[in-house]
Order: sequence, then structure tokens, then C-alpha cells
Amino acid sequence: MALIELREATVSVATPAGERVLLHPTTLSLPERRIAVIGPNGSGKSTLARLLNALVVPTSGSVHVDGIDVAGQPAKARRAVGFCFTDPAAQLVMPTCVEDIELSLRRHEKDAKSRRARALDVLDAHGLRDHADLSVHTLSGGQKQLLALAGVLAVRPAVLVADEPTTLLDLAHTRRVGDLLFSLEQQLVLVTHDLSLARRCDRALVIDQARVVFDGDAGAAVDHYVSSVAGEAPDER
Amino acid sequence: MSGSVTVGTYQPGRSVLHRLPAGLKLVGLMALSIATIALRGPIPVVLAAATALTLALVARVPLRLAARSLRIVLVVALVAAALQWWWYGGAKAIETLLDLLALALFALTLTVTTPISALLDAVLWALRPLRRLGVRTERIALAVSLAIRALPGTVDLARETRDAARARGLERHPRAYLTPFVIRVVGHAHLTGDALAARGLGDDDLG
Repeated sequence: MALIELREATVSVATPAGERVLLHPTTLSLPERRIAVIGPNGSGKSTLARLLNALVVPTSGSVHVDGIDVAGQPAKARRAVGFCFTDPAAQLVMPTCVEDIELSLRRHEKDAKSRRARALDVLDAHGLRDHADLSVHTLSGGQKQLLALAGVLAVRPAVLVADEPTTLLDLAHTRRVGDLLFSLEQQLVLVTHDLSLARRCDRALVIDQARVVFDGDAGAAVDHYVSSVAGEAPDER
Repeated sequence: MSGSVTVGTYQPGRSVLHRLPAGLKLVGLMALSIATIALRGPIPVVLAAATALTLALVARVPLRLAARSLRIVLVVALVAAALQWWWYGGAKAIETLLDLLALALFALTLTVTTPISALLDAVLWALRPLRRLGVRTERIALAVSLAIRALPGTVDLARETRDAARARGLERHPRAYLTPFVIRVVGHAHLTGDALAARGLGDDDLG
């Protein structure tokens, strides 16, 4: 497993109303295979996830994945850390399914013929072989997410960060994507509102108001999050 | 996603036209288009239309797809022909109509028989000399395919925001759907940029 390390990592942005902190100084060492990140909307979960592959750069402090300084070597970090977005429509960039996978493989396979063969194998492995030459646009939301994941996994990153990958999906595709995520050999950082998925992880972080407020066993973390919501008057938020 | 616009109209097949290299087809398209426009008179235009029809038949362009794709061209061509009829007379009008339809059919036949990626590779190959001047040709190719990919998504966004405005009874206020539409298109572009970065595209040359 890769080792993800945050040292006093802080993210803040300047707004007209003054400095806004998206993540207070956070120090974490994450060697576990499956790590869930849960918490309310706008709490800073996505910011934490995006730090791991330099989509967000820490204002101060540092992030290391397997010894790679993520802010200093973003290209290297992104090869090690795959990222799956909530909305697959934004992630899929090529017109047809097989072409999108080929785009991922471009750097790894120079020969066009074997690149296509590998891309078709990837589609086959994810049950999308029949859609190879169809427009990405004709897929259902769930199929799009599977395709997006297939594209990310095709280049075999050491870590997969998934930012609410099942939020837009129906029940069947949520299960399917969940099963896929938990069958991976990769280290998984899963930002999610699906608490049953979060419970299946080895460790969970609860984020609230730009801080990690609970860190530990996934079951205990989910319980902590649920009780924090239950104990709150609904009009407070 | 019913009634969505699809730009990648590639239909897998085994016709002669499917098997020709994409670069050759692109050059062929250019040559045929120039010839169609440059050669005036009734015989060349009938020849052009016949060639276009033959190529489309050889490539087995599905009739429904052809009808759908040519509909808009037909409207434009009819308007142009009507104006020509008024200014120059019937012969010229028919020539213009057939010319435009032949051009559209040539282009459609190319896209039906050629995957976008093969076209991109051909364009990349043609742009190769520019690399010596420091032009990053892979980026040009990626930009082109992004533009092709973005069209149907943008049409969907437009439809969604218009429906949302309609649901609130605001269809008569252009601002009620144009503003969110523009904001969402820009938002989508940002997300796409993030996704490209996350996939490591643009970190170095893809070739």
C-alpha cells in the first residue's frame, strides 16, 4: 500500500470578504487500504481529496504520496494517484467510449493498434465492450461512471481517490461501482455520502467545518457523524 | 438522453471507404469539395451529386442518419437556391442546391466511415512539420476532440436550463435561462479542465 502523508496541510482562498479557510492545518498519516471521508456538504471533503493529486495545492504545509511531494511534482503525483469525479460527464473527454480509454493509454502504449486492443480489453473487463464505438453521450449515468473509472484504472495508479462517485447513480449502479471500488488492489480514498459504503472501509475521517473532527475505525466514524447530525437542531445549519 | 445531438456519427463497417486511411479520405474530401465548387455548369454538378450518392451508398450510410443530418443543410440550401433563382434563374439555383447537398453528403460519408480518433491522428500527422517550430500538436488535436465532445453536452445543458426556466414560468425572460446556461457551461469547462489535469493530460506531450 502507498502511504499518504499530510503535514500541517492548509488550504485557504482570498475572497472579497477576507481570507476563507477551506482546510485548517491537517496532519494525517494514511497507510490503510481503504479510507472513507465523510461529512456535511461544503465541509472540506473535496478539498482534502483534491490535495492528494494536486488539483488543489496547499497554501502551507505539504502532502506526500509514497514520498512524492504532490505540490512539487504534480505530474508524477498524478501518475500515482488516479482521481474519479462525481460527475462523469465532465471526466469523459473523447467522443466515443473506446477513444476515451485510448486517451488514457496514450502515454503507455505508443502503437495505435495495440493501444486499441488494450482499450477494448479494458472495456470488456468493465462490461462496456458493446458500447466501444458508441458516443459517450449515449451511455446512462451509471455506465458513464463505470467508463470514467475504467479510464482512470487503465493506467494502474497506486492510489484511487474517488470524490462522491456514487452520488448521481441509481441503486444498481451504486452497488456495481461500490463493488468495483472494493475489489481493487489499489489504495482507495473514498469521499462519500453513502454511509454503508463508508462502513466497509478500514478507516474513516469525519470532516466538519474544514477540520478533521473524527479519525478512526469506519463504523465508529459513521456513528459519530450520524449522532452529530441527530443532535443538532435542523435550523442551525 | 432522447433526441440528443451526436456529432461522432461513426458507424463501424467493412466497406472500401471504411478501410481507406483517414488521411487519404481527408485529402479526398478536400479535392472533391474544391472540384465541386470550382467546376461550373450542369454536367459537373450532376457528376458531383452522383459521386456523392455513390460514395454514400458504398459506405452504406444509414438512410435515417443521412436524412437527419442533411435536413438542416437542405433548409439552408433551399433558401440559397431560392435567392439564386430570383437573381440568376433556375439553372443556377439547381446547381447551388445540388452543390451544397453533394458537399454535405461527402462530409457525412467521411464522418460515418472514419472514427474521430483516426481523423485526429491524420490531422496530427499533417501538422507534424509544425512541431519543429515548437507547436505542441497533441494539444491542438486534444482541443479539437474536446470541442467535438463538448457540443452534445452543451446542447443538453441548454435544454436543461430552458426547461428549468419553463418550470418556473420564466420562458419569456431570456435572462432567466441564458445567465444560468452561460454559468453552467463555464462551470462544466472548469470541471473538464480539472478532469484533464487529474488524468495527467497536459503534464507533458501525449505523443
